[in-house]
Amino acid sequence: MSEDMTLSTAQNKQENGTGAPMGMLAELTYRCPLQCPYCSNPLDINRADTELTTAEWQTVMRQAGECGVLQLHLSGGEPCVRPDLEEILQSAVEAGLYTNLITSGVTLTRERLEGLVKIGLDHVQLSIQDVDPNTAKLISNYKGGAEKKREVARWVKELGLPLTLNVVIHRHNIENTSEIIDYAVDIGAGRIELAHVQYYAWALKNRAALIPSREQFYQSVKVSNEAKERLKGILVFDVVAHDQYAIRPKACMGGWGRSLLTVSPSGKVMPCQECETIPGLEVDNVRDTPLEDIWFKGQAFQMFRGTSWMKEPCKSCDRREIDWGGCRCQALAVTGDAAATDPACHLSPYHDEFAATAEHEAAEEPPPFVYRRLG
Amino acid sequence: MDESISKKRTVVTQESRVAFPPHIKLHRDAVRQQWLILAPERVFHPDEISVAVLKQCDGTRTVAEIAEKLTHEYQATIDVIQPDILDMLQDLADKGLVDA
Repeated sequence: MSEDMTLSTAQNKQENGTGAPMGMLAELTYRCPLQCPYCSNPLDINRADTELTTAEWQTVMRQAGECGVLQLHLSGGEPCVRPDLEEILQSAVEAGLYTNLITSGVTLTRERLEGLVKIGLDHVQLSIQDVDPNTAKLISNYKGGAEKKREVARWVKELGLPLTLNVVIHRHNIENTSEIIDYAVDIGAGRIELAHVQYYAWALKNRAALIPSREQFYQSVKVSNEAKERLKGILVFDVVAHDQYAIRPKACMGGWGRSLLTVSPSGKVMPCQECETIPGLEVDNVRDTPLEDIWFKGQAFQMFRGTSWMKEPCKSCDRREIDWGGCRCQALAVTGDAAATDPACHLSPYHDEFAATAEHEAAEEPPPFVYRRLG
Repeated sequence: MDESISKKRTVVTQESRVAFPPHIKLHRDAVRQQWLILAPERVFHPDEISVAVLKQCDGTRTVAEIAEKLTHEYQATIDVIQPDILDMLQDLADKGLVDA
């Protein structure tokens, strides 16, 4: 039996051609009480872009169900700041989607969570910034988060929902990998995401403040691999590795336009959250075009779908349909060409410099964070 | 830390009565025309025999009873079919997809 990870490393089971999308990341809003310096939201959030209305999101959910989306990830920003989260969720449940709430938890009440469970919420992914409350506060620039998150985790379990713990890993918390795993078991999580920072958007701006050393990364992976074996049947692990210290790139988004789509707060439908940095990319909006048409025919989805856009060394590589050339946005950011090989790949001529820059930054004292703020 | 882990690994035996926990869904996908298992942030593609077994996993039948039933449908002997079913269900239990 094969497995699809629907958010981080998805693979769609399609023999040929384009299949239906497996997962949809619905960024309901960019608003968030936290200011984490690795936020994946765009740097230049345009406040003038109005968020989709309740009715518009409900249409998106119906269209998603009709075109074959299986898993819905309600995200943001912080999705709980939308007062109409319940109505949007209701439509998603009616559309037959498996619903996942990705939240920091800080604005939730038990009553609200109970209401969401009654509507049909399937799963909660709760983030923490660190097990050390002081570091957590430093990262999120938010007071009192640590206690609240533990409380939210308890509510999730009391209400009988499965729980994933998400922790973004960087130089300020990487030494706590073991304690973070213990915390996940302690709160009753069935799954943990240890997401070593991917350097896009705010994280790229804060790279020197975040990036750990190669040795720290290897040690953290060793700890998580050992724990994975020890906790078999208790905790499922999903580790997103560091591109800078990798040999091969990851199949970013499971391959461009193969499994996943993202809908931004203002209705832009994108193959990935960061893709608007790519010149020549035309992003369609669900306000104008049905989701299915955008998925199958939209220029943004076609641009790097499959392998025909590839250059060497990807073009003749026998891993081209395993990693799909890695990440287009990272290729652009590092090489200036979005169709180049992801520099995470050892075959990229930029790979050595890419890794050396990271190691150099990790060896220096971390600069202060540039906190994520809206526009 | 090990002592404080309250949750234990599920071990599937021929006496186990296997069932899906809440929020794990065996789902017939109309768009793809196939059976899928929907789990937190994961989708699994069970093969035909796995689907036949999983449809029987309602928490009342034992693995031995399910194996016995399937020997007729697949014209295979129980000593062939039962170890395969146990391996498959143990793998699913380790992934958190079934309880026993």
